[in-house]
Amino acid sequence: MALIETDRLSKIYPVGETSVRALDEVSVTVQPGEFVAIMGPSGSGKSTFMNVIGCLDEPTGGGYRLEGVDIGRRDRDALAEIRNRKIGFVFQGFNLLPRTSALENVELPMLYNGIGPKERRRQAREALKMLGLEGREKHHPNQLSGGQQQRVAIARALVNQAPLILADEPTGNLDTKTSVEIMELFVKLNRDAGRTILLVTHEPDIAAFSGRIIRFLDGRVISDEPVRH
Amino acid sequence: MINIPATFRISLRALRANKMRSGLTMLGIIIGVGAVIVMLAVGSGASRRISQQIASMGSNLIIVMPGSSTAGGLRMGAGTQSTLTLGDAEAVARECTAVADVAPMHNGAAQIVYGNQNWATGIEGSGPGILNVRDWTLAAGRPFTDQDVRSATKVCLLGRTAADNLFGSADPLGQIIRIKKIPFVVIGVLAPKGQSMMGQDQDDTVIVPITTAQRKIFGTRLPGMVRHIVVKARSADEMAEAEAQITELLRERHRLTPREENDFTVRNLTQIMQAAEQSTRIMALLLAAIASVSLLVGGIGIMNIMLVSVTERTREIGIRMAVGAKTWDIRLQFIIEALTLSLIGGVIGIVLGVTGAKLLSVLAGWSTVISVLSVLLAFGFSGLVGLFFGFYPAYKASQLNPIDALHYE
Repeated sequence: MALIETDRLSKIYPVGETSVRALDEVSVTVQPGEFVAIMGPSGSGKSTFMNVIGCLDEPTGGGYRLEGVDIGRRDRDALAEIRNRKIGFVFQGFNLLPRTSALENVELPMLYNGIGPKERRRQAREALKMLGLEGREKHHPNQLSGGQQQRVAIARALVNQAPLILADEPTGNLDTKTSVEIMELFVKLNRDAGRTILLVTHEPDIAAFSGRIIRFLDGRVISDEPVRH
Repeated sequence: MINIPATFRISLRALRANKMRSGLTMLGIIIGVGAVIVMLAVGSGASRRISQQIASMGSNLIIVMPGSSTAGGLRMGAGTQSTLTLGDAEAVARECTAVADVAPMHNGAAQIVYGNQNWATGIEGSGPGILNVRDWTLAAGRPFTDQDVRSATKVCLLGRTAADNLFGSADPLGQIIRIKKIPFVVIGVLAPKGQSMMGQDQDDTVIVPITTAQRKIFGTRLPGMVRHIVVKARSADEMAEAEAQITELLRERHRLTPREENDFTVRNLTQIMQAAEQSTRIMALLLAAIASVSLLVGGIGIMNIMLVSVTERTREIGIRMAVGAKTWDIRLQFIIEALTLSLIGGVIGIVLGVTGAKLLSVLAGWSTVISVLSVLLAFGFSGLVGLFFGFYPAYKASQLNPIDALHYE
């Protein structure tokens, strides 16, 4: 069973009297365990695609199945629950809560699915340890470097055992050396932990870490090919 | 499922992050709650004082005054004509079924002397019924009797103030005092009552048999006439009945034809007092209402700051939504924040209000009453204010679009 399956997925924004087709009948299938990079210039629809896949936005047409479950018209709370259980987000700007320790940031998704405080703490510690942030549990985001912050964000994305990780320009705010470290982390997560990763980037070097590149232009998929290493 | 303890911690942290702002917002509630408590305390203090004074006057009182006289076309006002007699008083006591007791009155002022002490005080001539009518109790000794009234014996009952001024700490019972140089035996001492509504010291008095007052102390041109009659009805419900019975009886006794006006007036004293009590109570409520306006203003302050807080934390809300916070997770976070502000403010306001009320009674001598109900009311009201004014910002936060919120700068 495919992890992601979109069937002529469309998103049309009305702009004045005309309308913009941000997604124009996109049909993509992603199998569990894949590492897919999504590329394209700005305005190509890649961000809209990610938002729809991440259940942050609703399509105006077409179908989307996640793990075989139809994510059709659903209310806010149902979408929130899917995000909580199935998807881990990693953003360009890290998006950690300020004035909140690394540990508590990683605990955040578990606050919303009924895991007890002790178990929450244990799992968050484990995730941080796995990402090499042992001893930094009490640090606040402003006490951590960019790379460390992004690793806290990745720990947060992993902690709910979500099958799908969506990374939106995760290296955009990082220097080259740190970017490579983060990408190697993703590769490792994909290869060793079997996490499915969808990565949006406009840098070919970064996309080269993935196993498959899908290119968007004007809301359509213009190419979809595996990466030869 | 909503995680209350964690949500509560999040709210507390947000409040701590902006200590100054939280404090100032709370100040609005503190002042509001404090003002409500002080005003309620002052108001209920005043009305309790009035009820005590009413109780000290005696309950269910009706006062019968003689009519007015007319001289050369000038009407002289109530009590200027002597139309009430001891016989009237006795008849009322005997025949009006709604009447519990009757006290005919003949009073005046005189100098009283004991040994080398003297004191000017009010002398009240009355019957044995006076103690029951005015709800006096005897601290010591015995009351005078009908026999004392009939034979105009020279006995008296001393009020606490009069007794203290003549005897100090000595026992007045059985001693002889002089009223206008006439010797009287002190047969009883009255238990203290305190001030009347008009601020008079009710204990500064001497009670003697009415006949003695009329014949021996003050003298009278019209023997058998009384200044006024005080009547106690059997119960509050029988006041109107008693008034009607007295009016009918006295009209009959005074041989008034249906076309003639009453030559006496019957007044319900308790009603007058209760009107005073009620106006005090209304005043107290008015004060509390004005104070609660400031609580409302405090609530608007909370709403204002919560709206700012929601805007400032749009991105945080976006992050929480992205990782799975549902509508009520977000709402509760902000509602708890507003509630925490208002309830902490409420508690501090209660402490300050109670302290303020106590200070008022200690420093300014105002009587204040802090009831548990008023404290609970103020606390509950502050909670409601927090809930009410916190809901809209919380609702607004929960309706944000997660994508927009995430990219909010």
